[in-house]
Amino acid sequence: MSVGVETGSYGGPSMMTLRKFTALLLVALAASVHAQSDEAGLVKSVKGQVSIERAGKSMVATPGSRVYASDRMVTAADGSAGIALKDNTLLTVGPNSSMSLDRFAFDSTTHQGALEASIRKGTLSVVSGKIAKASPEAVQFRTPNSILGVRGTEFIIEAGVAD
Amino acid sequence: MRTDGSLLILALVLLTACSSGPKDRVVVLPNKDGSPSAVVIRSGGKETLVDKPYAAATVSDKGGVELQAASQGSVETRYATVLQAQPARPVSFMVYFVSGKDELTPDSRRVLDEIRAELRQRQAPEITVIGHTDRVGSLAYNDTLALQRAQTMRALLLGVGIGDGNIAVAGRGEREPLVNTADEVDEPRNRRVEISIR
Repeated sequence: MSVGVETGSYGGPSMMTLRKFTALLLVALAASVHAQSDEAGLVKSVKGQVSIERAGKSMVATPGSRVYASDRMVTAADGSAGIALKDNTLLTVGPNSSMSLDRFAFDSTTHQGALEASIRKGTLSVVSGKIAKASPEAVQFRTPNSILGVRGTEFIIEAGVAD
Repeated sequence: MRTDGSLLILALVLLTACSSGPKDRVVVLPNKDGSPSAVVIRSGGKETLVDKPYAAATVSDKGGVELQAASQGSVETRYATVLQAQPARPVSFMVYFVSGKDELTPDSRRVLDEIRAELRQRQAPEITVIGHTDRVGSLAYNDTLALQRAQTMRALLLGVGIGDGNIAVAGRGEREPLVNTADEVDEPRNRRVEISIR
């Protein structure tokens, strides 16, 4: 780790730098554990141009790309992407679409959790998973004009219909 | 002057009321297993239940909901791209141990081949091993036991070359019995391990 190299450059770790190092290491560990627990699912299929926007950066999505809570999936006119979340929810984003996964939590023992996503434009197909089965009220999809609750499993949302 | 102003405001009010911005559309699809599917739309302070297969609802930017019947054909045409892009459905395989041993029954050994075939057909496949118990013992005891069973199965799968180390484990304990029983009933069919692939 770069932190360790920096400590060495001071010519031997004093008590203070060791403490600093330990503190930084703990922060880094906590951050990585946090990141891992936030993983919501994986991209399974990609066609055309699809990107994942995370913390102000845009990455090309490929099958196997990890999806985290607060990620946004954006597709071009030729793009579509299928995502499987950890509770077996399947989200498929159609062409010219923008969908953000606002919240995701899933307890694999109790099946309690939360799933919230918003579609700003385009199409989203949903096959709901284990969270919706265990606690339907914990699952919400937002469109520009409404909030959708799930009482079954499969539906399509289209946002920004002109006619 | 005053009259012109009022007219202008009236015109604006009318224009706002009549003009419609982009709408949202929700289409309910039948579940693959034939069970009922429904969506609740909350908009404009109201709730609308859409619960017929291929029923479509449009929601205006004022929150008004309009229900229409759509046909299977029209839905499949309009949403062909997104429907074709759906990932493969998750599937589950059940395996059973020879009583009192960490050894699979002959039938369960054959299931391993089916799992390999399934993994080959999928993009970025993930395996979750889920342990289940019967209702003998407490909820907490069965949660621990279920997780132990899942971990044993995980090691076994890795031992036969299935999975790449990141097989997830979960213990559902007695929460999801295959056969419903009263508490404290010994039921071998509920003492199982589920291998879920998505």
